Amino acid sequence: MSLAKITQVTGRAVHVPGNDIDTDRIIPARFMKCVSFDGLGQYLFYDVRHTPDDKLTGHPIDKPGHKGATIMLSGANFGCGSSREHAPQAIHKAGFRAIIAENFAEIFFGNSTTLGIPCVNAKHEDIARVAAAIEANPQLEVTVDVERLEVRFGDQKIPVTMRESAREGLVAGRWDAIGELLEAREATAALAAKFPHMAAS
Amino acid sequence: MPKTLFQKVWEAHAVRKLSSGHTQLLVDTHLLHEVTSPQAFGMLRDLNLKVAMPHRTFATVDHIIPTNPGACEPFADPLAQAMMDAIRKNCQDNGIVFFDRATGKQGVIHIIAPEQGITQPGMTIACGDSHTSTHGAFGAISFGIGTTQIRDILATQTMAISPLKVRRVEVNGKLGRGVYAKDVILHIIRTLGVNGGTGYAYEFAGEVLDNMSMEERMTVCNMSIEGGARVGYVNPDETTFAYLKDRPYAPKGAAWDEAVARWKACASDPGCAYDDVVKIDAADIAPTVTWGINPAEGISINENIPDPATAATAEEKAEIEEALAYMKFTPGAPIKGTKIDVAFLGSCTNGRLTDFQEVARHIKGKKVAPGIRALAVPGSQGVAAICRELGLDQVFKDAGFEWRDAGCSMCLAMNPDKLVGDQVSASSSNRNFKGRQGSPTGRTILMSPLMVAAAAIAGHVADAREVFPEANN
Repeated sequence: MSLAKITQVTGRAVHVPGNDIDTDRIIPARFMKCVSFDGLGQYLFYDVRHTPDDKLTGHPIDKPGHKGATIMLSGANFGCGSSREHAPQAIHKAGFRAIIAENFAEIFFGNSTTLGIPCVNAKHEDIARVAAAIEANPQLEVTVDVERLEVRFGDQKIPVTMRESAREGLVAGRWDAIGELLEAREATAALAAKFPHMAAS
Repeated sequence: MPKTLFQKVWEAHAVRKLSSGHTQLLVDTHLLHEVTSPQAFGMLRDLNLKVAMPHRTFATVDHIIPTNPGACEPFADPLAQAMMDAIRKNCQDNGIVFFDRATGKQGVIHIIAPEQGITQPGMTIACGDSHTSTHGAFGAISFGIGTTQIRDILATQTMAISPLKVRRVEVNGKLGRGVYAKDVILHIIRTLGVNGGTGYAYEFAGEVLDNMSMEERMTVCNMSIEGGARVGYVNPDETTFAYLKDRPYAPKGAAWDEAVARWKACASDPGCAYDDVVKIDAADIAPTVTWGINPAEGISINENIPDPATAATAEEKAEIEEALAYMKFTPGAPIKGTKIDVAFLGSCTNGRLTDFQEVARHIKGKKVAPGIRALAVPGSQGVAAICRELGLDQVFKDAGFEWRDAGCSMCLAMNPDKLVGDQVSASSSNRNFKGRQGSPTGRTILMSPLMVAAAAIAGHVADAREVFPEANN
């Protein structure tokens, strides 16, 4: 399976402030009543973007200047809670291709990496710098450089970090592991044979 | 060299190292439910792949199932019915055991897999559900995964994943009267933070865990993820083996003896090195309730709701303000006495037989306060059946609870059981996120099952030790 090498993502960015933005907030459970991920983009952050009578609340991603943004900035523990892949799927289908946050919840990070969405960690004050720059100029071009582990915006840049196995998978075009996993069928069967409970009875 | 259970199980299941540096890990047991699996089967079909080990794959329906007694198909909600049809067909087409309602064994996946003896020590277990950490109570390495990883496991019985560090969380001493497993884990999360466990597996240990039943250990491990730890586990011991003996999928005869020997050997070795050790004194744990919008925002029943004015940092102040604005609570006010609208007893955290037994023991002769909707939702058809045999369902009904059929119900409200408007729910579930219980403005206060019952009877958040003065642990 040949996959794109994801070395960098360039585009406009939007800041979704706050810590502990959980996957229920990213995609409320009622929108998971589906057997396909298609169409999830419209439900991204639905309940914080809409009032109970379905008017827009002025969430950052709905601000005219941020329409078409492809990079999301947020706080600590982004994507905590449920393991629902619907969350990174909704983010991806809403057009986002990279996320910068102080840190990410474990399962969300793995799900995003598998979809080819780089999730990079930056310091609180560095995220604030990028946020201030895009606040001042929403059209500002931002680059998340996965290879060099930095984020560039205007004439500034900040360092970012990422788990090496995820970074390596993205830049080498091996972020979806299925091809490689399938290659080890014999080794898998041999290992499984060591466990009595793995036998087909 | 002495090793932790995590290291031993991980090493025994590592097929190989992938080029990215991830481990290709063999998954012994793959659990499925209807919400996160249909897309994975779709991906499998697109890639023209088959299920590699259907005999190690087990499925049920829990999230979308209506819990009104005797709900028939087709369900009123066509989307729910479509998901039901999809999992039934996917299991049928691929030779996967499906615990459908007609089997009498349906229920929340994290309740039925242990009930059936599918969950065993030393296994790797994965499920497209973050509360898969529950199965760690048996000394398994079990964790939640996304749908693409479900595809990977369906196709190969393996997945790509990086190992975790191990933090031993030792709870020493004895729990006080009216303090339960739920309070232990809410206290741990409050102490270590909502993301304190990111990158770690939590090994829960100490006298308190040693003395816990399997059901209580499951409650603790279930909420590991609420503290950021993808994996939580307890070393297997005689309590574990006694629970598993004679369960349908447990080994029998000579295979049982062989299995117990193997299970004993997978426990952490004395003197093994941990990446971190945290010690908690059981005497510091009180009946705990949440006041905010994540499970770490908890206080003891006798504490006051935090005041942003006294926050240590600007960030903390903003977090308290955000939570209080959503919860509509008064800063500095006691949490005790907070009016509730709904009491929810159930979920993969606290929907087990012992939870209902403990509550039933206390609510006999008492009544749910007027105007309160109280739901008792058994975690499985198996739990419901034993409750019926013991007459517990009647105890709940007599007290004014709705006695429902098995399912996830109002824990995440993917079925018709939902909060309305900004109702306040006293809930034995695991998440108090904004909108979690089905209304975008609904408010959740997490607590132990007995505290839920106390709130239902008092009509407001109450100390179960006062509502049920005879309560003892």
